[in-house]
Amino acid sequence: MDKTVAIADLTHLMSKFTSYIGKRLPTDVTEKLGELREKEVNFLAKEVYESMRQNQEAADQLDRPSCQDTGVIQYFLTAGARFPLLGELEGILRGATEGATRDGPLRHNAVETFVEKNTGTNTGSKIPWLDWDIVPDDDSVTIDVYMAGGGCTLPGKATVLMPGQGYEGVAEFVLDVMTSRGVNACPPLLVGVGVSTSAETAARLSKKAILRPVNSRHSNDNAALMEQLLTDGINELGLGPQGLTGNSSVMGVNIESSARHPSTIGVAVSTGCWAHRRGKIKINADLSYEVMSHQGFKL
Amino acid sequence: MKKILTTPIKDEDLEALNIGDVVYLTGTLVTCRDVAHRRLIELGRELPVNLEGGAIFHAGPIVRQKADGEYEMVSIGPTTSMRMEKFEKEFIRRTGVKLIVGKGGMGPETQEGCKENKAVHAIFPGGCAVLAATQVEKIEAAEWTDLGMPETLWVNRVKEFGPLIISIDTKGKNLIEENKAVFNEKKKPILERINAQVRFIK
Repeated sequence: MDKTVAIADLTHLMSKFTSYIGKRLPTDVTEKLGELREKEVNFLAKEVYESMRQNQEAADQLDRPSCQDTGVIQYFLTAGARFPLLGELEGILRGATEGATRDGPLRHNAVETFVEKNTGTNTGSKIPWLDWDIVPDDDSVTIDVYMAGGGCTLPGKATVLMPGQGYEGVAEFVLDVMTSRGVNACPPLLVGVGVSTSAETAARLSKKAILRPVNSRHSNDNAALMEQLLTDGINELGLGPQGLTGNSSVMGVNIESSARHPSTIGVAVSTGCWAHRRGKIKINADLSYEVMSHQGFKL
Repeated sequence: MKKILTTPIKDEDLEALNIGDVVYLTGTLVTCRDVAHRRLIELGRELPVNLEGGAIFHAGPIVRQKADGEYEMVSIGPTTSMRMEKFEKEFIRRTGVKLIVGKGGMGPETQEGCKENKAVHAIFPGGCAVLAATQVEKIEAAEWTDLGMPETLWVNRVKEFGPLIISIDTKGKNLIEENKAVFNEKKKPILERINAQVRFIK
């Protein structure tokens, strides 16, 4: 395939996919919300769940962004070192963001810092934000698209604990974020926790954690236990949808981790709102693709 | 039966409302968020819209301009109201606004403002932006468009806009603050239980 044509094709595909995920929630999130709605007994909470259901139906029928805050666009790439357009991906995803902004349409959400002007295109310095993992001996790329809305970005927090504070300190940190700012982030939330060595490594992992499916579990038994304990504990707080109290506060808690310095425990929290707009697409070397997060995507 | 408020809203329309009540709005609803608040309160600029007896919405919508120049409301949901806490008490006093719609709670200053000036804050379910857009009949005007799409003051004619859950009433009661106190009270025993099981450093 001619390279110019390949670049245009992939830009078109990613533009459509970016716009699509703002209108329809991923399958795992839709299923989880249905489950929580069924279990809810509180009057105001039920009222809100019903509005949520009507909203997703209307967004689908009218083909519109389900939440007006279509966020800052972030792409998390797991890229094979031999993917033919590896060097072109950054430009392609910038083009895809501009395309989705026009066609979605997406809200204009890129304010150039210090200049303090909205660019009107959702692109700006280092935006869309790209995060890279390179896989040797592979010629495909898997891209997680995420719309980082303001409300669910605001609770984000990272710190470095002393080892004496232990995993008990991690639990306290997470629960404090929930009771202080969780209410404003449109619960029921998907909570991502990074447990790592420093503030920025933990922060990156906490965001990667909310890209994982809602019901997934960490491969380490202790970490998986902590995910369950935090999920149960935060649900017991009873935030309910929009903080109006209810049976559940979260769709789940996902932990991502790395090794750490013996003297530090880096910990961070990222939250995804109930309208958790993320999508996962795998693109092969011949540009055939498979959407892994949603059913029914068509070009 | 649906309880419907109509602009211009009078003090007596609000006095019987309590936190947790669900109401709907018919009339004019103006989007007003961070920079508009800052311009009025900190920079001393006059708002281009009269809000006496009116309703504002902490929201930054997606709006499409049609070929004939008319605006179409595509998607409009509430944004985090707490960001406006710094300005809202003074904003209520200066503008005479009666209904503030947003997301999440607001703080003690807004509570005072609502009590002193007979106003209420209400929550529209966050993220339900297409539902809200279908309740906007027409965009009647756009002011301060230099602020860009999210921050422009969009003047909307709405019909039975809601559900709006009263979170601060004219008595100064605050639903989300009361809820937060309960959440904080519950936190300690939950943490004790979790901590007994996560002593992985041995």
